[in-house]
Amino acid sequence: MIAVMEAKGLSKHFPTRRGLFGGSRGVVRAVDEISFAIERGRTLGVVGESGCGKTTTAKLVLGLETPTGGAIQFEGHDLATLDPPGRRRYRKSVQAVFQDPYASLNPRMRISAIIAEPLVTNEKTEATEVRRRMLELLDLVGLPERSADLFPHEFSGGQRQRIAIARALVLSPQLVVLDEPVSALDVSIRAQILNLLRSLQSRLGLSYLFIAHDLAAVAHMSHEVVVMYLGKIVESGEARALARAPMHPYTKALFAAALPSHPDERRDEPVLQGEVPSPLAPPSGCHFHPRCPHAMARCAQEAPRLRAVEGRQIACHLFD
Amino acid sequence: MANKLLSLENLSAHYVSQQGTRVVRAVDEVTLSLDAGETLGIVGESGSGKSTLALTMLRLLPQAGRIVGGRMMFEGENLVDKSEAEMRQVRGKRIAMILQDPMASLNPLFNIGDQVGEPLRVHEGASRSSAWQRAIELIRSVRIASPQTRVTQFPHEMSGGMRQRIVGAIGMSCEPRLLIADEPTTSLDLTIQAQYLDLLRELQRAHGLALIFITHNLGIVAKMCDQLAVMYAGRVVEQGPVSRVFSRPLHPYTKALLGSIPRMTEEREQLTAIDGQPPDLAALPAGCAFAARCPDAFDRCHVEAPPEFSVEPGRSARCWLAAPGVHRAAEQSIPLSRSAAS
Amino acid sequence: MTVTTPPLDAAATAAAPAGRTYKLWRLNGFPLIPVLILLFIALVAIFADFLAPYDPQIGSLARRFRPPAWETGGSMAHLLGTDHVGRDVLSRLIFGARVSMIVGLTAVLVAGGIGTLLGIVSGYLGGWVDQVVMRVTDTWLALPALTFAIFLAAIVGPSEFNIIAILGGIYWTRYARVVRSEVLSLKQREFVRLAVVAGCSKSLIMRRHILPNVINSAVVLATLMLGVVIVTEASLSFLGVGVPPPKPAWGLMMADGKKGLMVGYWWLTVFPGICIMLMVLSANLLGDWLRVKLDPQLRQL
Repeated sequence: MIAVMEAKGLSKHFPTRRGLFGGSRGVVRAVDEISFAIERGRTLGVVGESGCGKTTTAKLVLGLETPTGGAIQFEGHDLATLDPPGRRRYRKSVQAVFQDPYASLNPRMRISAIIAEPLVTNEKTEATEVRRRMLELLDLVGLPERSADLFPHEFSGGQRQRIAIARALVLSPQLVVLDEPVSALDVSIRAQILNLLRSLQSRLGLSYLFIAHDLAAVAHMSHEVVVMYLGKIVESGEARALARAPMHPYTKALFAAALPSHPDERRDEPVLQGEVPSPLAPPSGCHFHPRCPHAMARCAQEAPRLRAVEGRQIACHLFD
Repeated sequence: MANKLLSLENLSAHYVSQQGTRVVRAVDEVTLSLDAGETLGIVGESGSGKSTLALTMLRLLPQAGRIVGGRMMFEGENLVDKSEAEMRQVRGKRIAMILQDPMASLNPLFNIGDQVGEPLRVHEGASRSSAWQRAIELIRSVRIASPQTRVTQFPHEMSGGMRQRIVGAIGMSCEPRLLIADEPTTSLDLTIQAQYLDLLRELQRAHGLALIFITHNLGIVAKMCDQLAVMYAGRVVEQGPVSRVFSRPLHPYTKALLGSIPRMTEEREQLTAIDGQPPDLAALPAGCAFAARCPDAFDRCHVEAPPEFSVEPGRSARCWLAAPGVHRAAEQSIPLSRSAAS
Repeated sequence: MTVTTPPLDAAATAAAPAGRTYKLWRLNGFPLIPVLILLFIALVAIFADFLAPYDPQIGSLARRFRPPAWETGGSMAHLLGTDHVGRDVLSRLIFGARVSMIVGLTAVLVAGGIGTLLGIVSGYLGGWVDQVVMRVTDTWLALPALTFAIFLAAIVGPSEFNIIAILGGIYWTRYARVVRSEVLSLKQREFVRLAVVAGCSKSLIMRRHILPNVINSAVVLATLMLGVVIVTEASLSFLGVGVPPPKPAWGLMMADGKKGLMVGYWWLTVFPGICIMLMVLSANLLGDWLRVKLDPQLRQL
């Protein structure tokens, strides 16, 4: 399987200054040595709760933040060592669709300009060709041609998200980062957009990095899933298998907390206690140990490493 | 019907613009009922009227809104007829409401103890010190550790999940019979949401509380509710026991809604998508409001708005397909869940 | 987190408070009378040459201190009377409109231009650029505007051009502040992030994405600043460091006329005062209405 991009030991630490006159300088380990690969034509889903680092991961992949450790590999080379043309190629290969359809489009620009912008900025293309491509994309996302001359406020949330998708595809990227693409939409519209995303994937051979808090949506859309907790990956594996039989205690708790899709599926499972800890002061050793029902003495001292267990990657001392 | 805790009968609430030109039929002929201790889920998307319904129940409509018809029977009394002073006796004391955003629900300038104790002081004339003590107990009852410390803290010192629990404590303080929760978990993380819903269920059991969940999330309804009412364009289009509605939805909108949710463990290529947009509540079409988007619509649907048909005791659907004599409704059964064993 | 409820809720838009319609100076909310007044003043300023019955700078001492036509001793020849050198007050008011309009509008444009530019640059680029601009702004704002204007005017000498430059140089700070804060919040909006992801350069983003979205606020501020600028100009003229005589400016007319107040020559100060008041009030009402209308929350053009 060809990897479109790979993260190797990727880290992003944010400094926090304490006190005016020096004092201890802490760091927030938003993303802490994570590794994953996104293969061509496949979707990698990322799940986790607040503070787990999934948004920062998206920003790192998009180049909106620079890693403080580890590397992003593209075309077999470390992104940081790529020459400017290479970096530009990366930029064109990776695009994004964000959560808020009302903030994703410049309210003062016409749809035609919004969709064409990445193309016009990156390549010298003739106006007629730009227009043709823009209309082609409108059609691809199921919007009528006359949408091109309208402004964003004339469209509903679902339609705006389609425009955002069209824009993301204008450069024919290899990877699209989808950061909560449907959370802000009505339930019945979500299905439209998810269906569209899936059909685009099979038609265009796109890869997706799909970030969402809706476990079912992630499981539905993804081929592989990565579960993050306080900046680290705790489990990763094939989506369906992971959803059916999660192994890491946090993953189990997460999926147990997911809402059933039918009243008959109600389970009376014990609920995970405790708060989601703040990334400013993560627990020692395994970050999850204060809330883990299976915590051992070792868990407070030693952070577990990701190990391959039955086709999954798990970071837990229970599986050592 | 006689022993129902809450019974809405043909309730309608409209928003009228100042010039009187635009009338938004936000809530239209809604008939619902709820027993003591029961949980009802009111499901709808934006523009369905569900939030307006919540406000109507507590007579909290803004200036432009007014109740134009129907009755709201709560413990035998019609809330529509009550004066504002009488409603103040009801709000917070007999019917409580919690809203989506806990940060907006709490005053950042007052400490937790004062806020939790406020309903007690207002409704029961409790003194400051006794309200304070009760507040500590209430905070403990919503499973917040070290309530003595928490009671002097301020909202910004607590996490989102904790704040939502405080809001719950405020709601429960005067032991209401009915708690209306409008999207109470939308801003919460998954595991925190699970804790919170678990807490609500426990409170319900302990106090014999009736709950109304107003939400767009069918998962919450699947987990928490006994009864379900689906709203579309201001009307209830289907209602009934939650298990039956999920297994055999009668209204095409309900069917589409249930089909549009991704399932965790099922491999499905396509989710059911509903084309088009919800209608403008100020300019509802003649006939059924859903007809324009309905895959099963026929001629009558576009011309005449269907009434609610009672299909079984406690189960109804506002759809011509559910009319007596139309056997399609009875024969259609969409297998939406495999048996609980798998 | 669901963002659906506020914008799409049809009930909410219908229930939006229609507001009290002030019958006197608003028509369905639109400030009709203020706009008409401003238009009127603008037209008077443009067509001053045709409208003024006399040359505003030439007077005959024989006709000095004539009261307005309806007073005893007045005549229709000088509708609003004459001043201390016999110049027709009406004509001077008319030409004064030109000065006020030109100085006012130009100063506002200059201040707005500088301030908006600096606000965008400092807000978007952040870092040391932001620090420098903000510190300069702070210092500038700390200086009392009028005193500083007088100081500068006294140094560079009074002339129309100088006054405009001074006013522009003093009032840009308000723009910078307001625009910068808007830019800070705009920066966080997804469409700006997406422009970065699309590979747009910083200057392109500032030009194409930031600027058009702050224009609204800048325009609103401009209408509000118009009043301030005109009052400042009038004050400068009143103090003798504004537009130099014999060119007519309303403030200057008031200054000249104040000597006459003691002896009852009220028309020399009252009429220019009314003109200033009408113009400033109209500008403020217009700006007020624009601010509500162009509220970015409503996401209108």
